[in-house]
Amino acid sequence: MSLFSTRLLAASTFALMAAAPLHAKTFVYCSEGSPEGFDAAPYTAGTTFDASGHAVYNRLVQFKPGTTEIEPALAESWDVSEDGTEYTFHLRQGVKFHSNDKFTPSRDFNADDVIFTFERQASADHPWHEYIPGITYEYYSSMEMDKLIKSIEKVDDYTVKFTLNQPESPFLANVAMPFVSVVSKEYADTLEASGTREDLNNAPIGTGPFKFVAYQKDAVIRYQKNADYWGEAPKIDDLVFAITPDASVRLQKLKAGECHLMPYPSPADLDDIRADPNLKLDEQPGLNVGYLAYNTTVAPFDNPQVRKALNMAMDKQALIDAVYQGNAEVAKNPIPPTMWSYNDAIEDDKYDPEAAKKMLEEAGVKDLSMEVWAMPVQRPYMPNARRTAEMIQSDFAKIGVKVEIVSYEWGEYLKKSMEEGRKGAVILGWTGDNGDPDNFLSVLLSCASASPGGANRAFWCNEEFSDLLAKAKADPDHDERVKLYEQAQVIFKQEAPWATIAHSTQYVPMAKNVTGFVQSPLGDYVFDTVDLTE
Amino acid sequence: MIRFILKKMLYLIPTMLGITLVAFSFIRLLPGDPVLLMAGERGVSPERYAQIAAQLGYDKPVWQQYLHYLGNLLQGDLGNSLVTKKPVMTEFLALFPATVELALVAIIIATVIGVPVGVIAAIKRGSWFDQFSMTAALIGFSMPIFWWGLLLIILFSGVLGWTPVSGRISLMYFFPQVTGFMLIDSLLSGQKGAFASAVSHLILPSIVLATIPLAVIARQTRSAMLEVMGEDYVRTARAKGLSPRRVIGVHALRNAMIPVITTIGLQIGVLMAGAILTETIFSWPGIGKWMIDSISRRDYPVVQSGLLLIAAIVMIVNLIVDLTYGLINPRIRHK
Repeated sequence: MSLFSTRLLAASTFALMAAAPLHAKTFVYCSEGSPEGFDAAPYTAGTTFDASGHAVYNRLVQFKPGTTEIEPALAESWDVSEDGTEYTFHLRQGVKFHSNDKFTPSRDFNADDVIFTFERQASADHPWHEYIPGITYEYYSSMEMDKLIKSIEKVDDYTVKFTLNQPESPFLANVAMPFVSVVSKEYADTLEASGTREDLNNAPIGTGPFKFVAYQKDAVIRYQKNADYWGEAPKIDDLVFAITPDASVRLQKLKAGECHLMPYPSPADLDDIRADPNLKLDEQPGLNVGYLAYNTTVAPFDNPQVRKALNMAMDKQALIDAVYQGNAEVAKNPIPPTMWSYNDAIEDDKYDPEAAKKMLEEAGVKDLSMEVWAMPVQRPYMPNARRTAEMIQSDFAKIGVKVEIVSYEWGEYLKKSMEEGRKGAVILGWTGDNGDPDNFLSVLLSCASASPGGANRAFWCNEEFSDLLAKAKADPDHDERVKLYEQAQVIFKQEAPWATIAHSTQYVPMAKNVTGFVQSPLGDYVFDTVDLTE
Repeated sequence: MIRFILKKMLYLIPTMLGITLVAFSFIRLLPGDPVLLMAGERGVSPERYAQIAAQLGYDKPVWQQYLHYLGNLLQGDLGNSLVTKKPVMTEFLALFPATVELALVAIIIATVIGVPVGVIAAIKRGSWFDQFSMTAALIGFSMPIFWWGLLLIILFSGVLGWTPVSGRISLMYFFPQVTGFMLIDSLLSGQKGAFASAVSHLILPSIVLATIPLAVIARQTRSAMLEVMGEDYVRTARAKGLSPRRVIGVHALRNAMIPVITTIGLQIGVLMAGAILTETIFSWPGIGKWMIDSISRRDYPVVQSGLLLIAAIVMIVNLIVDLTYGLINPRIRHK
């Protein structure tokens, strides 16, 4: 009975729907989740940055599409002082902010907007610091911008000078990141006057390629092309985010023509997507690494020989075939091969269980039993940690090491894996934020991040390694930096605080008629250049 | 009658208090720490951690946090979401109409189909229809919602292309939210085809959501009918030579409906729970999906106050069921 009524309704509504054509240039993106808000500064999720930072806003500099190289954006050029502590940005003139029903800009973008953007995050006393109760600026502090920036000065309307406490080369990459998206000071003043400060987050005004139109919570975000865009104007008229959290439903929507492009397909669906004549699949090595971090402060894992032996017992290729279904490459370094300074001369530990067994005996380790922690969630760098742990378990069994697999709820996992004296080796990974090697090596492996709460899950502190990183960070010379990071990778390989597992491939399925989409190595979704052919 | 209502409402107070305690402890008993989840995989320095925890009041003993929460509740403050920083009430009101719309359509489907099926099955007891429908009800009752929803999507949207995959309305229609009910707002918008689009988007999720209540209502109607038909007054009515239609329609059905109405009312509570999965599958922007997201993010304020709001609504619905029950069955009132 229910089937009959369904058919009747479906048939009649289908006829009506088919009669109404879609707008010619409306591009629909089936996003994987709701943005936390539309002010990019206080949030940390990539989903938020796609919906606000990239669609609505610009930064001083930006990543050249498809790369991690820096190119001019709201700053046309910049000078760096001899000692590397002063960055002077020369701002682009004639850049218009968007308008909405409550705000029409009376002036172009200028230095005041840049200063407002940084200072509201930097100083707890700033009137816009906590403009929404409970708001904090996690990215600003976790990228250590608060410790780095000494002062920001307005030289004139179109020149801004940043003075740093110490020379730091990754600084430019940092100011290309969404959390320092430039917001309008004039808009903030208007909101202040009308007592609607929260609209800075609810009804964003930026200089970006798309104007924000409307957001219906958890359902849909609408944008319109910014006709006054300072860069090349978008080719589509309307951009729509259809929020669709379930990956298989996203794929169904893509197949049904209800959206044009989707992120994060599930690996099991890739063959199905390749076989569909109406779809195409873009693939690119991701800027990520999946790894197994030993606790280098606990015996016997404090001995590099033991860690090396275990690494040699791991059949990584088999693991990649089974867990990633071949959609990844074996990792030998902690940074991915698409990143500059990747040391390709390094040789990976050879898979050799016999030699590994011998090495363990030489190190005096007998009847070793250990924990391997499997994260409970899927991440691009680790599609199935439980399966990975099982394969490691059987590999290690071959050299007489007993593995117990442990898992916790995700929040608990992150917390416990940071605790000092932690038992067991932890499966985790990392996706780059800004394309700078420092963002992998210092965050994940330096002495500073080996403290509790830091992201160094191996608690590995090697002075020589950390010194190299510090030197590279302070050196404005790119070639010098490359050399230093290459050396650091040699030390990493000798000391083996991790078993590096894989760099996974990023897949973006889209409709056949989508052109001009450029995948970002940083995993962002940017639609400035996208177009639809008939 | 007024005393009856007041007495019932008085019971709500301790129940609500109990629910605050359960919801409050439930989310805290789950492993995982909201501060760390806010910081994500990046990690957070111990000083920064302490700072955020203090700001949120999570450095205090749990009982103090609870008292603080209760104090705020009494002043009508349900708290702010940790993720979006917006008031829980604002978020709830934005999403609630979507859930109500879906639940109402589902309960209507379940009732309109479930009651007649139950009645026919009872009258034709032992027939093929009886056996078939009751087996179907048993299957429907034990259907895993997630699997069932995906199956329908793949079949009707994927293979046949009859229904849209997910969402509330086609993205080509864009109009202001007046009532929050898509069926009404689409008509108000005056856009041709908008209403049909809203209906087509409702079909699959409402069928999925109606499945369990439909099965329950059909079975409940059948057994209530069977019971009533064995009563003396039905036999008397038959013996008086009344038409079978009148015997069943008036004498039997009216009395059998008393427990059935209770069942329907109670199913509304079940629907709220069922909505959590259904909304997730169909990307339906309602409170079910909101709860799931908030639990996984350990958004304490949303979970504790959201559950409280949902519980309050279920209790009010149950209260209305009780009152209706009193109206159609006068014996209850006098007790």
